[in-house]
Amino acid sequence: MQVEDKEFRPTIVAFCCNWCSYAGADLSGTNRLQYPANVKIIRIPCSCRLNPMFILRAFQRGADGVILCGCHPGDCHYTTGNYYARRRMTLLFSMLDFLGIEKERTRVEWVSAAEGQKFAETMNDFVATVTKLGENHRLEDLRCKKQ
Amino acid sequence: MQEAMIAKAKELLANGSVSRVIGWKKGEFSYDISPAVFETAEQIDADFVYDFFCAANVSKYLMKESRKEGKTLAFLKPCDSYSFAQLLKEHRIDREKVYVVGIECYGKADINKIREKGIDGVLGIKEDGTNFVIDSLYGDATVAKMDVYAERCLNCKSKKHIDVDEMLGEEGDVLDSKRFDEVAKLEAMTPDERYEFWRGELSRCIRCNACRNVCPACTCENCVFDNPNSDINNKAAATSFEENMYHIIRAFHVAGRCTDCGECSRVCPQNIPIHLLNRKFIKDINELYGEYQAGANPEERYPLVNFTFGDCEPSIVHKRGGNQ
Amino acid sequence: MQRIGVFVCHCGTNIAATVDVKKVCEVLKDEPGVVYTQDYQYMCSESGQNLIKDAIKEHNLTGVVVCSCSPRMHEATFRKAVQSVGLNPYMLEVANIREQCSWIHKNVEEATEKAVILGRAAIAKVHLNAPLVAGQTPVTKRALVIGGGIAGIQCALDIADAGYQVDIVEKEPTVGGKMTKIDKTFPTLDCSSCILTPKMVDVAQNENIKIYSYSEVESVKGFVGNFTVGIKRKARYVKEDICTGCGLCTEKCPQKKVPNDYNLGLDTKRAIYIPFAQAVPKVATIDPNYCTMMKTGKCGICSKVCSAGAIDYTQKDEIIEEQYGAIVVATGYNPIKLDAYEEFGYSQSPDVVTSLEFERLMSASGPNGGHLVRPSDHKEPKTIVFIQCVGSRSTTECGKPYCSKICCMYTCKHAMLCREKYPDTEVYVFYIDVRTPGKNYDEFFRRAVEEYNVHYIKGMVGKVAPSGDKLKVQASDLLNNEQLHIDADMVVLAAAIEADKSARPLATLLTASMDTNDFFTEAHAKLRPVESPTAGVFLAGCAQGPKDIPETVTQAGACASKVIGLLAKDHLVGNPCVAHPDEMMCNGCSTCANVCPYGAITYENKDFSRRKDGSMMRRVAQVNPAVCQGCGCCTVACPSGAMDLYGFSTKQIMAEVDAICK
Repeated sequence: MQVEDKEFRPTIVAFCCNWCSYAGADLSGTNRLQYPANVKIIRIPCSCRLNPMFILRAFQRGADGVILCGCHPGDCHYTTGNYYARRRMTLLFSMLDFLGIEKERTRVEWVSAAEGQKFAETMNDFVATVTKLGENHRLEDLRCKKQ
Repeated sequence: MQEAMIAKAKELLANGSVSRVIGWKKGEFSYDISPAVFETAEQIDADFVYDFFCAANVSKYLMKESRKEGKTLAFLKPCDSYSFAQLLKEHRIDREKVYVVGIECYGKADINKIREKGIDGVLGIKEDGTNFVIDSLYGDATVAKMDVYAERCLNCKSKKHIDVDEMLGEEGDVLDSKRFDEVAKLEAMTPDERYEFWRGELSRCIRCNACRNVCPACTCENCVFDNPNSDINNKAAATSFEENMYHIIRAFHVAGRCTDCGECSRVCPQNIPIHLLNRKFIKDINELYGEYQAGANPEERYPLVNFTFGDCEPSIVHKRGGNQ
Repeated sequence: MQRIGVFVCHCGTNIAATVDVKKVCEVLKDEPGVVYTQDYQYMCSESGQNLIKDAIKEHNLTGVVVCSCSPRMHEATFRKAVQSVGLNPYMLEVANIREQCSWIHKNVEEATEKAVILGRAAIAKVHLNAPLVAGQTPVTKRALVIGGGIAGIQCALDIADAGYQVDIVEKEPTVGGKMTKIDKTFPTLDCSSCILTPKMVDVAQNENIKIYSYSEVESVKGFVGNFTVGIKRKARYVKEDICTGCGLCTEKCPQKKVPNDYNLGLDTKRAIYIPFAQAVPKVATIDPNYCTMMKTGKCGICSKVCSAGAIDYTQKDEIIEEQYGAIVVATGYNPIKLDAYEEFGYSQSPDVVTSLEFERLMSASGPNGGHLVRPSDHKEPKTIVFIQCVGSRSTTECGKPYCSKICCMYTCKHAMLCREKYPDTEVYVFYIDVRTPGKNYDEFFRRAVEEYNVHYIKGMVGKVAPSGDKLKVQASDLLNNEQLHIDADMVVLAAAIEADKSARPLATLLTASMDTNDFFTEAHAKLRPVESPTAGVFLAGCAQGPKDIPETVTQAGACASKVIGLLAKDHLVGNPCVAHPDEMMCNGCSTCANVCPYGAITYENKDFSRRKDGSMMRRVAQVNPAVCQGCGCCTVACPSGAMDLYGFSTKQIMAEVDAICK
């Protein structure tokens, strides 16, 4: 996906678990599967390491979308981490939606180490979704906005 | 009820089975009632009160009291007893050090609703059938109970007590309440309407922390909002983001542990319906993971430290509630 | 303030073609704390590593950021490099500007900008890095092998040969497993018992091996090097150390109608039994569900005839606890139940049998002494139809999606043996594919077809209908495109094999992961095939996936070598990226312990005299760093934020977020 310079280019933070999704992201690199450069990956040991505070922090500091990628349910390196992450994120996203914050700005996707293709597709789709939503205004912190 | 409680308290203090009593005492105004600890019969005679303004949940104070020497007698309303049971589950109270007397509760009056009826200078409250008789500087006034019950009492979830040593009055049952109706109403709005609604409410927040301080689920030794190492500490909400963040994180931290006692909204000086955030979590938990009442079952794991293989995916949030 | 060095790798042109590495250096040079930047062709090469080492020494660097390929690739390499010059290896972070930048972007400007941001995030993280030192734990030099089939036996023998003690826990009264039930083995057609029983004797006689037969694993505590395992020794109502295995009791027992599971229920045994002549340990066992004495209190004949006085009707299950450094899972397989395959008439006719039952019918130790007759009327079958892939490679609910791997070869063996022993028998094999990879396997198959004239027909059987004393087989021949009707005397079903039912609960006890088919998952499918992701747990045999005997023995040997490698160590060095609580903030609420998959968190009452009110004792969490694997689940579960994770601390992740979103 080629983005014109003048177009809105969202800042996307992708939290990836070390064992599956980070490896899946590496695989999409190995296979040269493109996705926009505005996706930046942060490696965490497991999807269950993702604290809701990190998501809010990202929005505060100017992220327009936050995505969490982890091992498929049942495949967690730590056996159960993603099950807890799944409940936490479900409830958190529901709460954001309840507060009227665009729910499409947050997403969870299970990407295995073998799913380089899926990783790239997921990122392309997520970037497109967030681009359509435009800038994050409902969870912004004006003090952190770029001048 | 007040007489029976005073008698019970004096009896247990006198025979040495408890060293102190936790109950309520009047403040400057008759409706301005706060939890209090009594150590002698004299103190009880002077200040102990139990009436329709005694809404405060005393369970949280047992954390501190149960660390002291000797036993503490606690009078717990149904709401308080759920919170108490949840605190026990979290090892925050030493059960051995507390003697729990369950007291029946048929709802508490909301002073704001009484004022809205045009009654000022309130001196006391009594019941008379389905009415309250309110003693005021300007004489007695009669109002229907249903008109001035606190919102959480109108939507009472349970009259049942969890884990009491003895009951004063009748033990009640878990009720069918309509407590989620308000949440459902908000869910039915469009995101824009919801956003406007919550901006309207949360922008009034003055970050007095009363909701956190009163909450029996907020018992952290050091709250993340006070801890400079948490990286999210802040004393005052400077922007709309911080208002949102505080309330999201606060509600998230008690999600699954909140017994829905409603203290947060009761103490909010800005009348923000904070309990709706908690109830949203409770409603989601009930709908997505099965009915769960915090505090009700000491054995059960709370929903955020539990899972099933077939749990719904977070994308369910994107799919449901098609109001765009 | 850290003194940080930033090293940007070209990776030949892999990075440099899309990322302006010089510019990355230039921009990152101005980041706070960065005192040195350098780009180089191949950072991972020896000269590249030397650049890093020299810079650390020359510029007194306290932290290092390498912008290169994925940390999954070379983080360990660079950590080792910085460690060699005295810097703590955990003071290094890798910014992934190859897999996650140069390889996926084409626009140089965009890719360079992203590389800078990823570099900044790594720098921000390094600022908060602290030197970490891995803890050490001692190793209990004894292994536990769960399952006493050929996998468990081979593994135990190899470990014992290296001089370490091994215990085998076997749930059946004897070790030996499935191989004891098999008649001949492919592709050599040597007798299964002849090659297995000497190994069983070796196991029994080896001084380093202890067999807990008729026992099950009840509980597992601890962690790699330090497992405490509760073993339930089921009551066999016979004193194992006294019984001489003379077998008199098994002849005198009046209860003769007990289904003989050794022969898969094709004949009967007594209520007190020794599974077969070569059983190890050779000790009798009473089945309390059939024993008249146990049920009614009247009989006691076995007790009377036992001159050793070994019978004890009052024996109870006993649980013993043992310490182990390593655990081998060799729980094996079973054929699937065929109840759902009504079309093959398995439950309608006794002459429709599974391949394992067919083994017993063919075996000299089987119900008919090896004379192949139909179970229904004891006549020799003249036409036998073998059906392959019954439940294997099936996407239906009742089947298994995988290939059971051994069926092609054993069916071939059965067909060949039938033709050899009973040359007037017509033998048909219906197959989807015949899979014969393996040394001498395809030759074996060709012999069956070419020398023994087994009729191999590509196609699936639609229905087997008992009719009179025949089994009417309807099938399609796909190659000739015709419908076939065969009047068979026997039908043999190559049932899919599945993991033993005990595997799933065992996996839970071990906190070892399984796939959706209940096979244990290996730590890496190719590179660590005999290790479970759970440290200290190893896999041998069909517990990990379907495999034949040679492959099982190979894997058991590999598994033993991994166990020996572990037991040879006096101490284990742990992963230092573990959770740690701030006791001053800990509420002692147990939330973290509830989510910990390893049981690494315990609680202690500690004195906090600085607190003013009441008792100063507080319940606080303790993390066992040897058990913690560093997932970080507890850090999020903790409402007060008292729990944090070394290497991925809350502050570090926040700093990365900030750097990326800026």
